[in-house]
Amino acid sequence: MPGLSGRMSTVIKAKISKLLDRAEDPAETLEYSYQKQIELLQNVKKGIADVVTSKKRLQLQEQKLRDQVVKLDTQARQALAAGNEDLARTALERKNVAQTELQSLDSQIAQLEQQQEQMTASEQKLRAKIEQFRSRKEVIKAQYSAAEAQVKISEAATGVGEEMADVGLAMQRALDKTENMKARADAVQELEAAGTFEDLTQLGSGEDDIDRQLRELSSGSEVDAELAKMKAELGSGSSPSAGELGAGAPAGEPAQAEQAGPSQGQAP
Amino acid sequence: MIVRIATEGQYELTESDAEALNDLDNQAVGASEQADAEQFNTTFKELIDFVRKHGTPVAEDRLEPSDVILPPPDVSFEEARAEFSGEGLIPG
Repeated sequence: MPGLSGRMSTVIKAKISKLLDRAEDPAETLEYSYQKQIELLQNVKKGIADVVTSKKRLQLQEQKLRDQVVKLDTQARQALAAGNEDLARTALERKNVAQTELQSLDSQIAQLEQQQEQMTASEQKLRAKIEQFRSRKEVIKAQYSAAEAQVKISEAATGVGEEMADVGLAMQRALDKTENMKARADAVQELEAAGTFEDLTQLGSGEDDIDRQLRELSSGSEVDAELAKMKAELGSGSSPSAGELGAGAPAGEPAQAEQAGPSQGQAP
Repeated sequence: MIVRIATEGQYELTESDAEALNDLDNQAVGASEQADAEQFNTTFKELIDFVRKHGTPVAEDRLEPSDVILPPPDVSFEEARAEFSGEGLIPG
């Protein structure tokens, strides 16, 4: 085209045109193969459903992780109150990993949300263009000579065809991204299955492989800082009555209460 | 002049915008040829922003093909490079 020799756009334009060529004459395709349009629109709908499913799955995982973060925090406090700093550290390390996962899940969910909106808008736009083409065609046929009408309809068809190709491209990209996120979600689930975010109540004193890996994963200084903060919150006087943990009381509830009670006051 | 940002939609720009657009386009391709990812990302973002800022969205009832088609706004540097040297974004 005159005035614009931009190479980037030329490459993309040429490729989109090629996609259109593959559909033979776009005017004919649009005029006769109603089936094709319905198929494309259905594919977009299916694509949107896929995105929604992935989003729901990530949201479920997100909720689970949130629960784990609360639980691990509580357990760290309990461990510390009981004077078991090692166990508290392990709990905080796990909490750290869970929080990192949580952050990346959050941004993925936001991305999927955006994709869902974009695809829904694309679908509506394409539907509107196809309908517009249908009614426009009749008007053109009535107003122009056969030869002129042919040209005009063909032009309009190329416009709709371009939209169809573009929606196809948008959908393919959205689905590719969703695939990547699925892979990521699977990885988180594997971590879960390996017990990374497990309850610490069943944890023995020995450290296992997961713990060593965790130690490498989580940034030590962050855990140190949090541990120090927790210590300060609990006050310096910790009662060292062996590392027995409750099943994870809600954060903030004093863990010492049950343990401190019966040790005194057994007057005969 | 009608410019499509792939996966986003069409915009109408004036003919006088063409030169600036062309200039940015050439810079972006140049950056990708020189394997300068940072430069590419900056220029490409500028290009997309230019179209969004100077163009008016084309109405849904218009059925015209685009004069210019730009890659999707979220195109990665790797994808863009592949685009100019092989299969790339749109196979074929």
